[in-house]
Amino acid sequence: MKLIDFIPAVLVAIILGLWEGATRFMEIPIFILPPPSSIFTTAVVKAPLILPHAATTFSEIILGIFMALGTAVPLAIIMFAKPALEKTLAPFLVASQAIPVFAIAPLLVVWLGYGIASKVFMAWIIIFFPITISLLSGLKSCDPEFRVLFRLMGASFYDTLRWLYWPWALPQFFAGLKVGVTVATIGAVIGEWVGAQQGLGYLMIQSNARLQVDLVFAAILWLTAMGLGLWILVGVVENRIIKWKV
Amino acid sequence: MNNPGERHMLQITGAAKSYNGQTVFSGLNLAVEREQFTVLVGPSGCGKSTLFDGLTGAIGLDRGRISWNHEILTHLGHHAAYMQQKDLLLPWFSLMENALLPAKTGKQDMVQMEPVAQKLFVRLGLNGYESHYPHEISGGMRQRCALVRTLMFNRDLILLDEPLSALDAITRRSLQSLLLLLQTAFKKTLLMITHDIEEALLLGDEVYLFSSQPMRIKERFVLDQPKPRLFSDPGLLKIKRHMLEQLEGAL
Repeated sequence: MKLIDFIPAVLVAIILGLWEGATRFMEIPIFILPPPSSIFTTAVVKAPLILPHAATTFSEIILGIFMALGTAVPLAIIMFAKPALEKTLAPFLVASQAIPVFAIAPLLVVWLGYGIASKVFMAWIIIFFPITISLLSGLKSCDPEFRVLFRLMGASFYDTLRWLYWPWALPQFFAGLKVGVTVATIGAVIGEWVGAQQGLGYLMIQSNARLQVDLVFAAILWLTAMGLGLWILVGVVENRIIKWKV
Repeated sequence: MNNPGERHMLQITGAAKSYNGQTVFSGLNLAVEREQFTVLVGPSGCGKSTLFDGLTGAIGLDRGRISWNHEILTHLGHHAAYMQQKDLLLPWFSLMENALLPAKTGKQDMVQMEPVAQKLFVRLGLNGYESHYPHEISGGMRQRCALVRTLMFNRDLILLDEPLSALDAITRRSLQSLLLLLQTAFKKTLLMITHDIEEALLLGDEVYLFSSQPMRIKERFVLDQPKPRLFSDPGLLKIKRHMLEQLEGAL
């Protein structure tokens, strides 16, 4: 570890220190801005209360990720294989992202109910796009000279896909997946804000109404940890799969 | 239609290609004899690679006839193996996996093909590097591996597009002798592009000298000096001097 590796940790410590000092010395009421120390305490002490909510949100995100993978990967491959289809579908794909997910959240709750389904759907919409686009552009970035080589070998599309295009696109695919898993929390939480019976978003709305701001922050802390954890997990998987150097 | 008695395995007649109204070549005739080493020499950018693209089917020729063992084809995509300046080894596969790729895509019996590849690894001096990855070895060794893969195509004709031009002079010498091996030990027919006159004279049985813009055959040389050849050969030196004069005249 070099000195530069510690800089992020030092920065975080400075920000938390300033925050702690400001709330204490300026006597900011705890229901406006609680100091980090009490947020951490709440996050730990109230864990039995938070945990079931976190579990709900987490399963919404995980389900959303798997649904997104299950749809984005085939779609990207189909669009890559059939450029005509890409031209047809691209406007719809972009439109699906141009509609703010906040705007349709209430509708989704009406259509899919207060349960987990509407939140999974929201997470799915958000994650789906970066994975599709990054995988598609990864597949397209394949060096044409390699394509010629595979064509001369008489390789089928499927063989070319699994031995050339897919490994070629993997770094970009993982970049998209990393973006996807970190923004997935947005979809789930917005869904829970609009209408839910469980989840960190639900907990935040409830606590906010009761001026339990430390609990709101504790929920945010859990959410952040979740997103960060998923990001790290994807990175670990990526490093296990992509072992080669180009 | 495999007739071993036929002298010309490949015959190109009246090949033409132009881009945006600019003629790269037209009325080009070329014949390649079975188990011969035919070399095309010309200045960089004269259109040699465009001709190869036409032969492999990467691009379509505007005009011309490609005759393969008396059969008229649109391209040689299914009959020729191809090797270029870039080794085009897949970084996610080991050297052995790379070499076996043509067998895998060709749905050949892998149990049978692995010993074949193994023998080639020994023959081309890659023994012991089967499970190494391309980034772990030198450029010369990568090109050897590409050579093994080219042989694993199991095709009679091998197209070589400046296969050694990215290598340093010493490595190039040792790989030139391996190219010769393709002809002598593996009975392949070779058609090679190069801009290295010495390389052409060391390897070629027939050498075509091209001029550029548009590309046309300036002169054809038949070399019957036995191989492996040495540069001190006065006959070769004479041809080399003559070729250089021709090329300089074109510039």
